[in-house]
Amino acid sequence: MNIKSNLASLTIGLAAIGSAGMGLASSMSITVGMQLEPPNLDPTGGAAAAIDEVVYANIFEGLTRFTADGSIRSALAHSWDISDDGTVYTFHLQSSVSFHDGTAFDADDVKFSLDRARGEDSTNAQKALFQGIADIEVVDPHTVKIMLSGPDGNFLTKMAWGDAVIVAPESIDSIKTNPVGTGPFVFSEWVQGDRVEIERNPNYWGDPVHLDSATFKFISDPTAAFSAVMAGDVDAFPNFPSTETLSQFEADPRFAVIVGSTEGETILSTNNKSGILSDVRMRKAIAHAINRQDIIDGAMFGYGTPIGTHFAPHNPDYLDLTGKSEHDPDLSRQLLEEVGYDGSALRLMLPPPAYARRGGEIIADQLRSVGVASEISNLEWSQWLEQVFRNKDYDLTIVSHTEPNDINIYARPEYYFQYDNPEFQALMGTYGVTTDAGDRRALAHELQTMIAEDYVNGFLFQLAKTGVANAKIRNLWPNSPTQANDLTEVSWAD
Amino acid sequence: MKLSPSLVVGAALSAFYLIAALVSFAWTPYPVEELNIADKLRPPSATYWLGTDHFGRDVFSMLMVGARTSIGVAVMAVGIGMGIGVPLGLAAAANRNSLFDEFIMRGNDLVFAFPSLVIAILITAVFGPSAINAILAIGIFNIPVFARVTRGAALSLWTLDYIFSARVAGKRAFLISVEHILPNIANLLVVQGTIQFSLGILMEAGLSYVGLGTQPPTPSWGRMLAEAQTMIYLAPRLALLPGLAILTMVLGLNLLGDGLRDHFDPQIRRAR
Repeated sequence: MNIKSNLASLTIGLAAIGSAGMGLASSMSITVGMQLEPPNLDPTGGAAAAIDEVVYANIFEGLTRFTADGSIRSALAHSWDISDDGTVYTFHLQSSVSFHDGTAFDADDVKFSLDRARGEDSTNAQKALFQGIADIEVVDPHTVKIMLSGPDGNFLTKMAWGDAVIVAPESIDSIKTNPVGTGPFVFSEWVQGDRVEIERNPNYWGDPVHLDSATFKFISDPTAAFSAVMAGDVDAFPNFPSTETLSQFEADPRFAVIVGSTEGETILSTNNKSGILSDVRMRKAIAHAINRQDIIDGAMFGYGTPIGTHFAPHNPDYLDLTGKSEHDPDLSRQLLEEVGYDGSALRLMLPPPAYARRGGEIIADQLRSVGVASEISNLEWSQWLEQVFRNKDYDLTIVSHTEPNDINIYARPEYYFQYDNPEFQALMGTYGVTTDAGDRRALAHELQTMIAEDYVNGFLFQLAKTGVANAKIRNLWPNSPTQANDLTEVSWAD
Repeated sequence: MKLSPSLVVGAALSAFYLIAALVSFAWTPYPVEELNIADKLRPPSATYWLGTDHFGRDVFSMLMVGARTSIGVAVMAVGIGMGIGVPLGLAAAANRNSLFDEFIMRGNDLVFAFPSLVIAILITAVFGPSAINAILAIGIFNIPVFARVTRGAALSLWTLDYIFSARVAGKRAFLISVEHILPNIANLLVVQGTIQFSLGILMEAGLSYVGLGTQPPTPSWGRMLAEAQTMIYLAPRLALLPGLAILTMVLGLNLLGDGLRDHFDPQIRRAR
């Protein structure tokens, strides 16, 4: 640590002498720990959160972007006009932006990226983001006009996703292993199974970043992650995998524990078409058997916020509906009697994360105490995706839905929990095309209430973002408005 | 007759866990399937003799039931191994050098070539993880072990005069195997059984550790270890205690197996 801080002051001195105009730029590097390694580095072609956690805002940028507090601000588009009927967005692009390989960024790249993402053979994980786009027109090299098939109050947010970043046709073929974007960091090396290295882009169009370089190191084992942070091999671990060890970091002045919120609604997903679970009273009985605080304390060591519907509590449109599914074992037993539950075991399938494995054991215990039998199977992710997510061969499972504003999944009857309510789907349709903030809020409340009253799933808690970092690191994102490790503002304190 | 120290220590350790397992059917200090989050990670005290785990379950009770799980799985796995392996070995020895013998022994080689973990993964992929599948995997692994031991020992007996006279008298190979061969190799099988038993306990712990064996909420030493892994800095005893339990139980069974072998071996016995 001492060596590092000495270096810091030395290099800051040098920087001040060398480039008076650069202002704040200090020269340091940072090593960021991540639990999962990305399968590739193309955010527009894969669903893995780890991809965005490396490249979002660092290597690739979109027309707009998320900021640390979840709001949307301009990025490659410095401003935009929206037509009165809300269907035409005219984006004015930053000029003098070039990709890392030297090719210029212009409106053609925007059209190429968006057409590629919404194309028929696109492998984009979030194709729904682009569904509303009817046509894209290049007005001049720095202006692009996007025509929507209907008004979309959420369009600027959609364009901020990691899946909607701007890529270049010149470098698209090797994007999976050699990502070329417009961001403040340039990809330098990927040692598979170990780390990805990026370094400062000297020709960045925007504000220069404080760091010289950064390394993303992949450590899947929670115990190894703990040791790596303790030993200082990793400077920051923004999504630290074991909440139980955080108390030790808190007690250590070398480290700062950063607790924030994520977009992860952790739910007891219920197969709404599986036997007795298709009866809303059965699902209500399960909901009332659950004691959320016990799950948060037991599985997450106290980190997490109870939720009563599928909406993030830090969202201004959130409605606290936890009262609709309060822990009430007596009501639960009464409902079970009404519905005529015969005591047959529900299959509870648990993916690997601690919230699911531990939460599952706690829920099984809580269900048992009201008389509902369950049979736990621990699955690996690949098995879970196959059996639960694709084949819907399950009764209950626990998973955290980490996409932002994803209540729309309840309007998809083929989605793995198979909730099919035409009323909800119609309401979701209206919500999608409403642009007025007040109307959107009212609709959001209505949507949240509807799934809470239908007890579609057991709504457990909002996953906390629990990170550990060297106490001298500044400006890491405390929250996860999107899956990202934005290093553009990060710096070392003296 | 004097008993060897390894026999005594081994028998004592094994008996200790066997008794713990049997008692757990009737009584444990606390119910092991009930979670009590408010009391999580309590250190050992008069209330909780060995403390509580991250769900507030009593570790002492869990170790007792864990012994039951381990022993149960190992008994059944050894049972499968013996029940299928011994008859196969006897049959192979009775028909030595025949095509049948060759078929059985090469089949055994084939099964033996797969580590039990691979068999367990195969079974799990098809049927899903459970204690039953762990038993099957370990049991299948045990079959060739017993078949080989049985065949080897039986072959040497088949060359002896009293077996020869039984054959001359017209006794069928099946009856000779059952009435003359089996009783004379029984001690060998008991020794091998003890050793396989200890291996079975290790394998059950290993399979449960990687999540292929006993599923929650049934306590298992291997899973207790796995769950304690991230808490090793917070409450090391959660990993140490099941680890110690596995160690002492396997040690006890190995000592018992060694002791039994010496005990049954007439040459060593005479020398003493």
